[in-house]
Amino acid sequence: MNNKYDVIVLGAGPAGLTAGIYLSRAKLSVLIVDSGTAGGQMVMSYTVANYPGVETTSGWNISQTMLRQAKSFGCKVLTQSPVLSIDLSSELKSVEVEDEGIFYAGAVILATGGVPRELGMKSEQQYKGIGISYCATCDGDFFTDKEIVAIGGGNSALEEAVGLTKFASKVTIVHEFDHFQAQPWIVEEAKKNEKIHFLMAQDIIDFTGDEHLEKVIVASKTTGIKTEISASGCFIFIGYVPNTSVFKGIIDMNDRGEVLTDQLMKTNVAGVYAAGDLREKRYRQITTSVADGTIAALSAIDFLQQKKTTN
Amino acid sequence: MLRTNLQHIDTDADFKDVIETNENVMICCGRMGPMCLPVYDIMDSVKDNYENVVFRDMDFDGPAGHNIRSLPECSRFNGLPFTVYFKNGKVAAATTSIQSKKQVKEILNREFV
Repeated sequence: MNNKYDVIVLGAGPAGLTAGIYLSRAKLSVLIVDSGTAGGQMVMSYTVANYPGVETTSGWNISQTMLRQAKSFGCKVLTQSPVLSIDLSSELKSVEVEDEGIFYAGAVILATGGVPRELGMKSEQQYKGIGISYCATCDGDFFTDKEIVAIGGGNSALEEAVGLTKFASKVTIVHEFDHFQAQPWIVEEAKKNEKIHFLMAQDIIDFTGDEHLEKVIVASKTTGIKTEISASGCFIFIGYVPNTSVFKGIIDMNDRGEVLTDQLMKTNVAGVYAAGDLREKRYRQITTSVADGTIAALSAIDFLQQKKTTN
Repeated sequence: MLRTNLQHIDTDADFKDVIETNENVMICCGRMGPMCLPVYDIMDSVKDNYENVVFRDMDFDGPAGHNIRSLPECSRFNGLPFTVYFKNGKVAAATTSIQSKKQVKEILNREFV
């Protein structure tokens, strides 16, 4: 396989695939590398109803269409291929990919997105798949007529909690703050649902059970009083963390690990751009990632063109 | 119905045939959901490196799904997909929910290499 490209795109979510489409349409050679599945977090959406120009479909369908488009214009795409090391300091940048070797390019676009945030507790790992889940649509029906817990206070947590009441007999929403971050109308819908109960300002202490999850133990942030919640299932929706650890110390980030860019998606390193959910920004949608990917690609094209002219 | 690049097991007869006529079989039983899609993709990406293993997927809600759902090894599971590794027709390993490529390769190397 060719190991030299004009641009390497790290990440095959909507930002990375869009960047690949624009770059390859501009006749640049492009390698897209993703440690997971093409589509990124977009495939987590069963239904996408607000992507302009596309009638209601699934995130999986959009991602497959984007992938086909990118490949049809000439992008080489490696999925399930973790990046082992990266050198962005030289003019010719390099990326080492597991089982594939080292690849070189004049510009790199970082579009590695984010991953669901976990609580980071040992017992969370122990009960994953036998009580603990991160996908209500996938696993909700395993908890029909059972009592469950939903952890989180954002839009996803409350929307998913409402969705879970189709199956569960009782859903207890546990949140770390005394107020929700979700939009008011989503909070209102949850509050109106008789199956939903609330435990606010709580720390998650432990998950316990025998063969599978039986209890979620929480403690009040104000009084320290512990509460044991009987639950066969616990769904965790506490947001996402940017997938940027491999760039730490190389690329400027904020204290949440989100990459800092200017409006042209330029990072602090010449020839390196960032697009999508790994960036510091307020709104994270498929459409905003697509916009980022477009801008990053056009900036990279401009950068390579200028470099060619000056050389 | 699954829309993946893997060969599907659609019927009880398919299931019986696959595990009885192959020494090493990996079956991922799920839906077209976010926890399942990465595992299908991983299987597709590693299948060429494990020529002695037969890789198949199966619709969790399809006519053959009960063959995996009813396995004692899966009785505790409540996270899709259910992924089962068969050695000479017997369950060698089983996992629930999303898995990483590293986790899948560890089991393939341990059970089938």
